[in-house]
Amino acid sequence: MSVAPTSPILELKSVSRVFDGIRAVDTVSLKFYAGEIVGLIGPNGAGKTTLVNLISGFIPLTSGDVIFEGKSLIRSKPHTIAQSGIARTFQIVQPFAKMTVLENVVAGAIYAGHCGMRQARDKAIESLEFTKLTHLKDMPASELALANRKRLELAKSLAMNPRILMLDEVNAGLNSSEIDEAVRMVKAIAARGITIIVIEHLMRVVTSLAQRVIVMHHGAVVSEGPTDQVFRDPRVIEAYLGNRFAQRFAKSSTLVPLEI
Amino acid sequence: MIFDRATAFKLVIGLLIFGGGAAFSLILDNYYLQVLTTLAMLCVLCWAWNLVGGYMGYPSLGTVTFFGIGAYADGIAQVQGFPIYAAWLAAGCAGAVVALLLGLPLLRLKGHYFAIGTIATVEVLREISNNWETLTGGAVGINIPIQPGSPDFVGRFFFLAMLGLALASFLVTIVVDRTRFGFGLRCIRQNEQAASMVGIDVFKYKVSAFVLSGVLCSAAGGIYASMVAFIEPKDAFNLITTIEIPVMVMLGGMGTIFGPLIGGVFYVVLKEFVWAYFINWHSGILGLIIVAVIYFLPSGVFGISWTSALKWLKLRRRPAPPARDIVTPAA
Repeated sequence: MSVAPTSPILELKSVSRVFDGIRAVDTVSLKFYAGEIVGLIGPNGAGKTTLVNLISGFIPLTSGDVIFEGKSLIRSKPHTIAQSGIARTFQIVQPFAKMTVLENVVAGAIYAGHCGMRQARDKAIESLEFTKLTHLKDMPASELALANRKRLELAKSLAMNPRILMLDEVNAGLNSSEIDEAVRMVKAIAARGITIIVIEHLMRVVTSLAQRVIVMHHGAVVSEGPTDQVFRDPRVIEAYLGNRFAQRFAKSSTLVPLEI
Repeated sequence: MIFDRATAFKLVIGLLIFGGGAAFSLILDNYYLQVLTTLAMLCVLCWAWNLVGGYMGYPSLGTVTFFGIGAYADGIAQVQGFPIYAAWLAAGCAGAVVALLLGLPLLRLKGHYFAIGTIATVEVLREISNNWETLTGGAVGINIPIQPGSPDFVGRFFFLAMLGLALASFLVTIVVDRTRFGFGLRCIRQNEQAASMVGIDVFKYKVSAFVLSGVLCSAAGGIYASMVAFIEPKDAFNLITTIEIPVMVMLGGMGTIFGPLIGGVFYVVLKEFVWAYFINWHSGILGLIIVAVIYFLPSGVFGISWTSALKWLKLRRRPAPPARDIVTPAA
């Protein structure tokens, strides 16, 4: 899958967000194209989750514009953005705890997936099968183990029929085989033509998923490009490991700072 | 809307209860008619509260605000010479408008803050009705024209009116329970943030439920005012009632179709029983029973899981299991 040189599905134009004088997101301009998987990385506090919150309408912008399929989203509320086809998962999972797994997914299908009540059930069962949660469908969401709760978030977002899916650390806290499973699932979702933005700390996951990586630091985009190039960018190394290491790396070509 | 067999069953049971009530009104004397009218009124208020407090999970203590608004709207309209049905319509409309105006700010609050905010509206409206003498007659109240006809006929008329409103509340509850609106309210109760992320217009849903609930309460207030033919601030905006209603729904089961009815009947019977046998201690004993029921049966008197109750009883009889070895990991 290559990045199509067509017009972007989602475009951020000089997006900023200021919290009490701190620029959590600082004039970020980005383009996302249909069907690509983009990695969004950066040290803790870089503004990755804030950026997702801005796109999903959860936090209003201080300045800038977000254009989704030719329309500006800055005046839209979170629910209209969700209905228009942008789904997200939360770093800390947010299930409807006392509802069953099936009901959780049905909720996604009804309101954002534009389904009738009956249709929504079929749609939910389909996305539960896709995420391999069918056998747990009648269990209350609160009783799921962490890996399954993360999958439930995925199933719920899938049922929303999104064109863009933003995954905020879906792999945090999972073991290695669970991560492999999750990576396969994300790839299968992208194969359906859904644009995926993954926030991720595990480089192994980023390199196996993303064709393109965006690196944020102190609220700004410091590097952007194909995955292997970005990991050799001295600005990225500086953001993660500090200035001194970046200088040492620039002198020696044998040093590979970020494991690929 | 999903109308499955279980819902059809509930609908039939409900219609039988209402049909039975209507048929009984032909043979009952006036005293029992009065008791049943009060019961029907409490059920309307319970069903109305259940939409906001049960399905949506917002602990409203403002039931009586809308009840009082309805009562005053009815009284004022009838004194102005409007026919009784027009006055009831005015009561419902006034309730809708007030619920919308109060809901817009109040529904931005949550939990305890929302509860305090709603109870404040009762106090404020009572003070307004006390002091705005040109409109409400102040503390003196309003005398409403008495309905013509024999006491039995009038009693039956108001009973059937209240029963009809209770039927409407019941049907509204069934529709809410089975449609995307009610499902959305349940999502909001669990997690508002997640609800808006799956595309639910959270604020619109909350205001709609609040207005729907307000209309039912104020219509009940309107019928009540016509029935007693006299309203005053402390009767229309009664703080005890505003607290009793949530208690009744808790007793019966929150967020269920029949919870409000069961809770209402249970509470009225319990109250009568305590009054009859413990006249000196009635409020204390009633309070203790309520606390015990809510503490031990959080999902209501009919929400007991009988299988787990049996299990619990069996467990009590078995000897204590041997202490687990904490060194070797559990199999």
